[in-house]
Amino acid sequence: MTHRRIAKTIILSTILLLGLSFISNTASAQDGKALFNANCASCHKIDKELTGPALLGVEDRWGGDRKKLHAWIKNSGSFLKTGDKYANDLFAKYKSSMTSFDGVLDEKQIDAILDYIKNWKPTGPVEGGGTTGAKPEESDNSLLFGILTLILAVVALTLLQVNSNLKKLSDDKSGIASPEPVAFWKNKSYIAMFVVVLFIIGGYLTTKGAIGLGRNKEYQPKQPIYYSHKVHAGTNQINCLYCHNGAEQGKHANIPSVNICMNCHKAINEYKGEKIVDAEGNEVNGTAQIQELYKYAGFDPKKPNEWDASKATPIQWVKIHNLPDHVYFNHSQHVVAGKQQCQTCHGEITAMGEVKQFADLSMGWCINCHRTTQVQFKENGFYSIYEKFHNELKSGKLDSTKGITVEKIGGTECQKCHY
Amino acid sequence: MSDKKHWQSFGELNNSEAFQQSAKDEFKEELPFESADDGLLNAKTPRRDFLKYLGFTTAAAAVAASCEVPIKKAIPFANKPEDIVPGVANWYATTYVQDGDAVSILAKVRDGRPIKVEGNDASPITKGGTSARVQASVLDLYDGARLRFPTIGVGNDAKEVTFEAIDKAIAEALPTAGGSTVLLTSTINSPSSLEVINQFKAKYPTLQHVTYDAVSYSGMLLANEASYGKKALPSYRFDNAKTIVSLGADFLATWVSPIEFARQYAKGKKINQKNPEMSKHIHFESVASLTGSNADDRYLHRPSETGAIAAALLSAVNGQAVTTVSGELKANVEKAAKALAEHKGEALVVCGSNDTNVQIVVNAINNAIGANGKTIDWAATNNSRKGIDSEFAALVDAMNAGSVGTLFIVGANPAYSWFEATKFKTGLAKVKVAVSFNSKNDETTQLCKYVIPDHHFLESWGDAEPQTGHYSFIQPTIYPLFKTRQWQDSLLKWSGSATDYVSFLKTYWGTKLGGEAAWNKVLQEGITGAVPEVAVAGAYTANRFDEAIKNIPAVKTGTELQLYQKIAIGAGQGAANPWLQEMPDPVTRATWDNYLVISPVMAKKLLNIDLSVNGQADAYEVKPPKRVVQIKANNQTIELPVLIIPGTHAETVGVAVGYGRDAKVGRATVDENNKPVGVNAFPLAAIANGTVSFDIAGVSLTDTGKTFPVALTQTHNIYNTDQGNRTEVMKELTLAELKHNPTEILDDREEETKPFGGLAKFREDATIYGSYDKPGIKWGMSIDLNSCNGCGACVVACQAENNVAVVGKPEVLRFHDMAWLRIDRYYSGNADNPKVVFQPLMCQHCDNAPCENVCPVAATNHSSEGLNQMTYNRCIGTRYCANNCPYKVRRFNWADYMGADSFPNNQDELSDTVHLMNDELTRMVLNPDVTVRSRGVIEKCSFCVQRLQEGKLKAKKESRPLIDEDVKVACAQACAADCITFGNVNNPNSAISKVRNDNSNRLFYSLEQLHVLPNVSYMAKVRNSEEEHEAAAGGKKAEKEHA
Repeated sequence: MTHRRIAKTIILSTILLLGLSFISNTASAQDGKALFNANCASCHKIDKELTGPALLGVEDRWGGDRKKLHAWIKNSGSFLKTGDKYANDLFAKYKSSMTSFDGVLDEKQIDAILDYIKNWKPTGPVEGGGTTGAKPEESDNSLLFGILTLILAVVALTLLQVNSNLKKLSDDKSGIASPEPVAFWKNKSYIAMFVVVLFIIGGYLTTKGAIGLGRNKEYQPKQPIYYSHKVHAGTNQINCLYCHNGAEQGKHANIPSVNICMNCHKAINEYKGEKIVDAEGNEVNGTAQIQELYKYAGFDPKKPNEWDASKATPIQWVKIHNLPDHVYFNHSQHVVAGKQQCQTCHGEITAMGEVKQFADLSMGWCINCHRTTQVQFKENGFYSIYEKFHNELKSGKLDSTKGITVEKIGGTECQKCHY
Repeated sequence: MSDKKHWQSFGELNNSEAFQQSAKDEFKEELPFESADDGLLNAKTPRRDFLKYLGFTTAAAAVAASCEVPIKKAIPFANKPEDIVPGVANWYATTYVQDGDAVSILAKVRDGRPIKVEGNDASPITKGGTSARVQASVLDLYDGARLRFPTIGVGNDAKEVTFEAIDKAIAEALPTAGGSTVLLTSTINSPSSLEVINQFKAKYPTLQHVTYDAVSYSGMLLANEASYGKKALPSYRFDNAKTIVSLGADFLATWVSPIEFARQYAKGKKINQKNPEMSKHIHFESVASLTGSNADDRYLHRPSETGAIAAALLSAVNGQAVTTVSGELKANVEKAAKALAEHKGEALVVCGSNDTNVQIVVNAINNAIGANGKTIDWAATNNSRKGIDSEFAALVDAMNAGSVGTLFIVGANPAYSWFEATKFKTGLAKVKVAVSFNSKNDETTQLCKYVIPDHHFLESWGDAEPQTGHYSFIQPTIYPLFKTRQWQDSLLKWSGSATDYVSFLKTYWGTKLGGEAAWNKVLQEGITGAVPEVAVAGAYTANRFDEAIKNIPAVKTGTELQLYQKIAIGAGQGAANPWLQEMPDPVTRATWDNYLVISPVMAKKLLNIDLSVNGQADAYEVKPPKRVVQIKANNQTIELPVLIIPGTHAETVGVAVGYGRDAKVGRATVDENNKPVGVNAFPLAAIANGTVSFDIAGVSLTDTGKTFPVALTQTHNIYNTDQGNRTEVMKELTLAELKHNPTEILDDREEETKPFGGLAKFREDATIYGSYDKPGIKWGMSIDLNSCNGCGACVVACQAENNVAVVGKPEVLRFHDMAWLRIDRYYSGNADNPKVVFQPLMCQHCDNAPCENVCPVAATNHSSEGLNQMTYNRCIGTRYCANNCPYKVRRFNWADYMGADSFPNNQDELSDTVHLMNDELTRMVLNPDVTVRSRGVIEKCSFCVQRLQEGKLKAKKESRPLIDEDVKVACAQACAADCITFGNVNNPNSAISKVRNDNSNRLFYSLEQLHVLPNVSYMAKVRNSEEEHEAAAGGKKAEKEHA
């Protein structure tokens, strides 16, 4: 059990490392794909109709006129007024106006997206999956060490026994009277040693067990629907905040309501991606899981226009991250003010099928992070009142590479989290 | 100043043995330490038991450890409403409505349920102020005693029916009822509701609308009709008054519009250090009241003398000879007249009497001193009370004569609060169709055949017009919890209208304001319509004056009784609310009961208790059981325990109304023995001169020899040691002293800190501990004792915000009250008519806190922002900290009051009141951002740290420094008098820094010489009293001569 867990940790951290480097790569590229995923993907797919039309060949349909497209994407409402026939037909067909991207995307970025669409090839989802294949070639030696220790201990014991026997022999020879040998299980010093060792091991295990009470690292319960973060956030790169929009607003990140799922799944009703395998190694039928969702939503994919969202029933997910009642935790504090990535606490979520608790959520784990993590000391205007620290940073009295940690401004005090 | 002796209890005044003992004791209750000296083996829990327990707990821990992870569900919305973010509060502007009272509020709604109400700062009337009752109103929403569905039938025959069925039944019953149709309401000041009634009238043209107020202002309404030609109450401008004379009007607690008046009154009490001036308040009264306790000078008289005093005051302000009163009272009236004359046009006389003639004379006085149009404003009348007693009396007669066929009742509850309740009940039995819209099964509703319960105001739509031309709106903050319906909907339906009340309201205001956009805007803001800036005079005539002055009630002899309202309970509206029942009355400091208030002189005469004798004071004061006295008045007899309250006239006794309510109104109205809390005193009243009079003469009192425990909190938190005592907790001086020596308080502090090198060096030099800097924020609070009137709004606000437990009377009797913020009452001066100071006291967040040093597990420690932090999950309950706290503000959870423990029978021994607060419905009021404390931990004021954290986060998200508006603690928000300032002391431009700088002469820290370095500062109470100045000057002179 233990060595399996250690192996898992090692695998997991490797995946995390690989995943992190993968993410930072895409983020720095700022290419059309990233822009597409960030801005367009919630309404458009390239090869399939979603809320909006499929975008493959969009330029051809618009007669190759990028200027028109720029105007349309930036503000579809005002472009409609120009009386463009294709635009008006489009509007009549989809009956909803497109989000205005004026001030969000400049023409260069729109061009990047269009280029990405132009060069897109239906390759099938391979990215993200690559990391799972790269299992590290590491074996676990603890069993070997254990056996070795045991053998050495037996050898030592035997040698001790031999030693005492020899001593007795030599004593007998030299005529020194010595007591009758005591069997080692009756030998008081052996018993005492055994008890001490047992006490130390027992104490260690009890303490460790007690500390672990109520902690559920690696907790991965079965959910009512097999929802794969790997498929959604990994392969399809849906922004975490699209579903967990509360993370920027308040204490709860929020599990999305059924209507948010249905924003996309009204159109996406089958799973065609890479094979999904759950934690037990069984294959999961993605399309069947989407059908599960439809049951909750009361949605009939054959009659999509007759769907009544108000008839939906909530999905009873099993809560994974449970903090005790006396702990106050606020997502927006960490995401907005602290500029933390979701992965810092939730692990490599884009590689998880069903979600698993990444951190043990213990107080020590929180505190350790608060001790080393820097606040947005210079960037955030709130901290301008800490004149003393600003001066000390300037004068070099405070180590500017360490910066101002959360702890330095009182982030490890009791009533930051307990009130 | 320093020679002024303050005392909280008679024992303290006399320095009695019991007082000395209790000041020494760390905990007032008897601790369960029997057989402590018997040795371990003889102890009740011997070694073997100990081992047994040890084994059991180890086994239990092992079992617990091997348990599976309990599966918790996280269930999101099916369709998330756009404006609800789980975990983020929404605020809705709405209006607190209770009978005629309407207060603009904001309701804090967390995840669909209102959990806190706060004053709406935009309201020109209250400017964000609230009262204890407003703060507690959110708990009424979750009251399990609310009616849950419409019923037909009386008493046990009442059967649940649908709205359709009851509509049909009433439609069928109405034509057969015969007789007249009457709509009986408490005061309605909602314009749209009045319009609804008009529509109903169109359908039933004979409908008669009678307004009934439990405590009416008939006398004033009729007097104003005579003097000003308007049967209405004017608005008052206490802020324009430099001299205020009150003849028994408790205007800071219960009279007309106390929140508004408290705000205005406080304005006159704010002192500018450079030019110290303040208003002067002279109070004539019979039974110690909150307003009287705040007065600069309080004079005592018989209740029956009110008219004579008014007449005398009129003569005196007109420069005529005073004939109606004599002796000391005459001199006092002349002093008041002199003070009024000094500020003609800036003076005001108010009177609490319900006698028309007396009020006509008061109108004449106000006219003579130029109050009309200056401090009395007729531009916008106050609409909070409209009931005329004689009209209701006529209705009761008509009901008894059998001429009323149909009676609709909205809000009114005469079967409890009418002095001839029995007569009303007999009359009601003769009414064929009696329909009640009351939301509770109150005394009147129980007798009605048809009951259609109304929504709570937090579930309702509506409007209110507290002052003519100014409107406040009501919008629902939660979906109705039960099958209830607004009474306006019923009337509209029965008028044959197809629209419901919401659409009616929208159309009504849409037309008035010009469109739906405007309606949405006022709904969002909660209010519309300004209150006139400049006061306008009413057309005064001396109409009926001669008649009135002739008919002034005669002065009586013998013992007199005055019925009064308590600030929390009112006329019984607050009786079912556990927060209000447990809030100590500011004047008597008692909870959970009404009682007979008597003077020390009366105590000696009636019960032979001489408070100046140590043993007798102790016998009265230390043990909760109080002597029970039988009161006979107007042929009614009641028995009540006695409280001796100085400041009460020697020959007068007082009883609070609003108690002795029916058990069906709510669990809080009955005590642990299932007996009503208190006794109903309304039946003692009588009608005099056409109006109900609460002043009763010819009262006989007899000592019954019985006793009854009263849960008095006055002596719960005593602190007297060699290092400091109560006297230094609080500082007070007179205006004359302040003018004469502006730095008196400062000198005093200098004197106290002299052994450590004076104030300048005190902080650094007087400690062996180092000092720690607060690099970013340092929280601080300042409380102006001069504007605090002790009303208790902050106490309830704190309770609501911080999930402070209700413990019930048996626990209060055992000193287990849990309030984080209490208001201490101090007396000084004449023991029969003392001066009173109120001091709100909460955790002082000492920078050198004595509690922190003694905690063995560091559960309480200091933050870098100056907070004294309390960590419940670390606390093991040694209570060393509470022991070591000089202010006695730490509270220990002796029991599992809030149901925080996982063991269900932890609450078994607690009273029903505690269980009442623990059902699923009531627990909806809990603030999810504050931990519910479990048994065995200490808790105390946290400076509303959850709000501080939220405010800081808001600033961080917006990437800007913190501003004052980000952090408003609950007590400061609730205060109508704005006496609490809170903020970041490190910011020189914050309100708290400015307040401390601008009032450096009055600033002091409680028990400063202990060097605990509190973060709460106080500003000394200043009393605008000439006599005290003279006495003090005399005393000082004598002292100097002596030296």
